[in-house]
Amino acid sequence: MNDFLKISGLCAQIDDNGTPKEILRGLDLDVPKGEIHAIMGPNGSGKSTLSYVLAGREDYEVTGGSAHFMGEDLLALEPEERAALGVFLAFQAPVELPGVNNANFLRTAVNAVRRARKEDELDAVGFLKAVRAETKHLHMSDEMLKRNVNVGFSGGEKKRNEVLQMRMLRPKFAILDETDSGLDIDALRIVAEGVNSLRGPDFSALIITHHQRLLDYIKPDRVHVMAKGRIIHSGGAEVALALEAQGYQQYLEAVA
Amino acid sequence: MSESVALSPALGSFLARAHEGEARELLARQGLPQRRLEAWRYTPLRDVDRIGFEPPAHVSLGEAEALLARLAPEARSGFRVVFVNGVLVPELTRLPEAVILTAPDAPLLADRPLSVLNSALQQPGLSLTVPAGVEAGQICLVSLVSGEEPVSTHLAHQVTLEKEATLTLLDIQSGEGAYLANPSLTVSVAEGAHLTHLRVQQDDVRATNLTLVNASIAEHGTYDSFTLTLGSRLSRHEVLAHLGGKHATVHVNAAQLLAGTQHADLTSVITHAAPDCNSRQTVKNVLMDAAHGVFQGKIYVDRIAQKTDGYQMNQALLLSEKAQIDSKPELEIYADDVKCSHGATVGALDDEQLFYLRARGVPYDTAKAMLVRAFLLDALSLVTDEAAYALLDQRVEAWWLNREG
Repeated sequence: MNDFLKISGLCAQIDDNGTPKEILRGLDLDVPKGEIHAIMGPNGSGKSTLSYVLAGREDYEVTGGSAHFMGEDLLALEPEERAALGVFLAFQAPVELPGVNNANFLRTAVNAVRRARKEDELDAVGFLKAVRAETKHLHMSDEMLKRNVNVGFSGGEKKRNEVLQMRMLRPKFAILDETDSGLDIDALRIVAEGVNSLRGPDFSALIITHHQRLLDYIKPDRVHVMAKGRIIHSGGAEVALALEAQGYQQYLEAVA
Repeated sequence: MSESVALSPALGSFLARAHEGEARELLARQGLPQRRLEAWRYTPLRDVDRIGFEPPAHVSLGEAEALLARLAPEARSGFRVVFVNGVLVPELTRLPEAVILTAPDAPLLADRPLSVLNSALQQPGLSLTVPAGVEAGQICLVSLVSGEEPVSTHLAHQVTLEKEATLTLLDIQSGEGAYLANPSLTVSVAEGAHLTHLRVQQDDVRATNLTLVNASIAEHGTYDSFTLTLGSRLSRHEVLAHLGGKHATVHVNAAQLLAGTQHADLTSVITHAAPDCNSRQTVKNVLMDAAHGVFQGKIYVDRIAQKTDGYQMNQALLLSEKAQIDSKPELEIYADDVKCSHGATVGALDDEQLFYLRARGVPYDTAKAMLVRAFLLDALSLVTDEAAYALLDQRVEAWWLNREG
């Protein structure tokens, strides 16, 4: 039985100018250890909401269901506790932090996570060594570490910075929200390479996209189709190809 | 105007000690500034007016040493001038040989209530001249107050830089008790001279600090100031700067970090009275709890002051729904070829930025601290002296830890 990521009957809503708007309506999803899953679905199906709810963003109110990660009640944890546990959300639009130096940010994050995981913190030298190894691997210039977090970064640089954070924080489960960046091939490739480099028995990922193209670079173990706040169909990698050829209509009709 | 005011406890106690003369007469007539004065409408002195202030008690050398170690450890080494309870402590004072102590002759500014109060009760402060061409390095000016009863000090400092002289004045104000500190500093920067004035106001949170700086800057001279306001229940830092020669420069930068019911007012009047001068102001406010920040910045550009370059920015970060900022920029321009800009922003911490940091494992309090420091960076980074920057940075850090701890 899967005890890695288990989501059952998850319901969540957002405050839409005073009236609650239901976005997730009883979502069930299992991602076993070591597997990479993709969620595809039309705009407005709740894909991004799912990623934010799993990462712990406060604007969303969970009204029902559960999400457990390695036996822990994920929804009861603060965002930083989820990160320490090994959950990583790669943002579709990484946030700019003017006045926050990228290297300091990364070191603070890495050491906060290490502290929570009861590992020794990295000193300045140890951190520099670790981060240099990663920037080299990602073909990033060290100059990006001296800049403010994501400020003035190109789209590709932002994605590379997300992947750098992911590799430094060593998550067990990464959520990649690529809903809107489906057309930027370079950005997609960077993200895909980042995920593929971590692929292994102790790393799982959930890739959220509405274009099949990303899945040319990352081969998913399973593909889920999402609509109206629920998973309406699951299958192997062939589902993505079928979606590309025929669109979502076939699945939407099936549940209607 | 010959109206007389009711004798408040504060005014009564001041007049009882005041030196005979014009300042005393003005004080008797005007009292402490009231809210109906436009320049004082955001900073009422009502509560101060209710207190009768005693002259401060004499402090022994041993006590002065202990106070210095406790309240201004940064002045442990190097050149320094130490005042405790309004009196110079010569045993703790060390000045570089190159500077000259002079007789004070600071002018009374009749239209400035803080100048009137300071002049009427004036105590001799630091009065020095850096001779032409001398690079005097850094001098630490430490003003400490300690007293069980409400006491008041009114030091008058005067710093004069002759042609092409340079000096960094690290001005530390601190103390213990419900006192009033009312210092004045008269600055005169001659041609090509450069004064860096870094002020750390970390007075007791029961205290009141009313400071007046009156600076005049000659051709190619620079008065570069930064104030970090952390202390006092109520404070006002009033800066008058007069750019009197071509290519003179003034910087009035500041950060005010306030919590509880603290109130801090930064008021500046910058007068461009010559062409080609440059004035810069970046003032940041971090306001917690029910703290209240005030910024009033006036740039006056005389008809003769063509090619003036004036910049003024005031920003507030409100960390609580009860925190408050009043911001009043004022431009008065009589020349036609000038570049003057001003702006003000008010905001809370950005939820998206906070979430991004937390999603990377950074705990909430650390994330908040990082964003507050980022907010202050534009202002703090204007302090180019590395040691001074480190001191300010460390003070900001300590302030934050005290609040969060």
